[in-house]
Amino acid sequence: MIANYGYKDGSGEYFITIDTDKCNGCRDCVSACPGRVLDVGPDENDPLSDDEVVFVTDEERKKIKYTCAPCKPRDDRPPLPCMAACEPGAISHSW
Amino acid sequence: MTEKKELWRWTESRWTSPDIDWKGKLITSGVDVGSVSSQAVILADGELYAFSNMRTGSNSPDSAINAINWAMEETGLTLEDIAYTVGTGYGRVNVPFSQRAITEIACHARGGNHMYGPTVRTILDMGGQDCKAIHCDEKGKVTNFLMNDKCAAGTGRGMEVFADLLGVSINDIGDLSLDIDEEPPPVSSTCVVYAKTEATGLLREGWPTNKVLAAYSSAMAHRIITLLERIGIEEDFAITGGIAKNRGVITRLEKEVGIPIMKTDYDTQIAGALGAALFAKALKEKGK
Repeated sequence: MIANYGYKDGSGEYFITIDTDKCNGCRDCVSACPGRVLDVGPDENDPLSDDEVVFVTDEERKKIKYTCAPCKPRDDRPPLPCMAACEPGAISHSW
Repeated sequence: MTEKKELWRWTESRWTSPDIDWKGKLITSGVDVGSVSSQAVILADGELYAFSNMRTGSNSPDSAINAINWAMEETGLTLEDIAYTVGTGYGRVNVPFSQRAITEIACHARGGNHMYGPTVRTILDMGGQDCKAIHCDEKGKVTNFLMNDKCAAGTGRGMEVFADLLGVSINDIGDLSLDIDEEPPPVSSTCVVYAKTEATGLLREGWPTNKVLAAYSSAMAHRIITLLERIGIEEDFAITGGIAKNRGVITRLEKEVGIPIMKTDYDTQIAGALGAALFAKALKEKGK
């Protein structure tokens, strides 16, 4: 499943996209994220499955533009910690 | 003194199947407590037996109880007869008699699959206060989704505000917005607050009600398309939620995307609760 967490508002589109088929639930991204945006648990949109996958926490879903901002300087942006930590490449950002 | 008419108030409804005797059957239910409306759906052996659709009150547990009680009216059922209940929607954790809460994304995919059949691949739920675009497979399992609940632009709540502003019943808005000679330019913002200001200005300039409604409806259709663009539309394409009943928005949406929108005899507002009730049956049978 491709899960798009985030929102679109007057200033732009802010989505963190997770490919739950690639996610193995290892939690490496959870500990790598300084903003505590991610967590791992049962897939709430696939209630009949027992696999645990990463998701954007409820508290952060509507403010990732701001919570993720420290990892996204305008110049010389280093790789995002969450994406760098994810070996299967399950995480991407829209902005 | 005459009573002020509540023009935004849409018709609440309930229904019981005349052909089903529930006795001896597995009864499951789904309750969708949304931001604007609440629905309860009761299934007998997985077949739609009864439902209710009413306004959400200020208290989620009460709204859930009212919805299920109204659905059970005329059926002779009591809460004890229901083997499993799943709650969904904004108030899903506040359904006191439920065994489990499931997201509305999963429930709309499942319910939409049941309503529109296994060929539906894209479901757009246009609810009271948010909008969800969902892709699903032939079994109604979510394969891709996007939800916008940060902003209520282009939702049912916006339509309610317009009904009130223009003095038109919400049930007539769709047809009225199509009753025009020429499509006016859309209002520049779908933000409910800004659009209302803009509409007030247009009325002052002498625009008739139907033209203002047309301008708002097309702005709404346009906004929904920009949301859909992110995940794309795969056919077949269906819409659930209250706005699916608004011909003005649906016709414009259909025209702009160039893809036919599926039709159904079901009440489009019950999709979430129907999906929840189907999950309730699956979970009961799995012993979860």
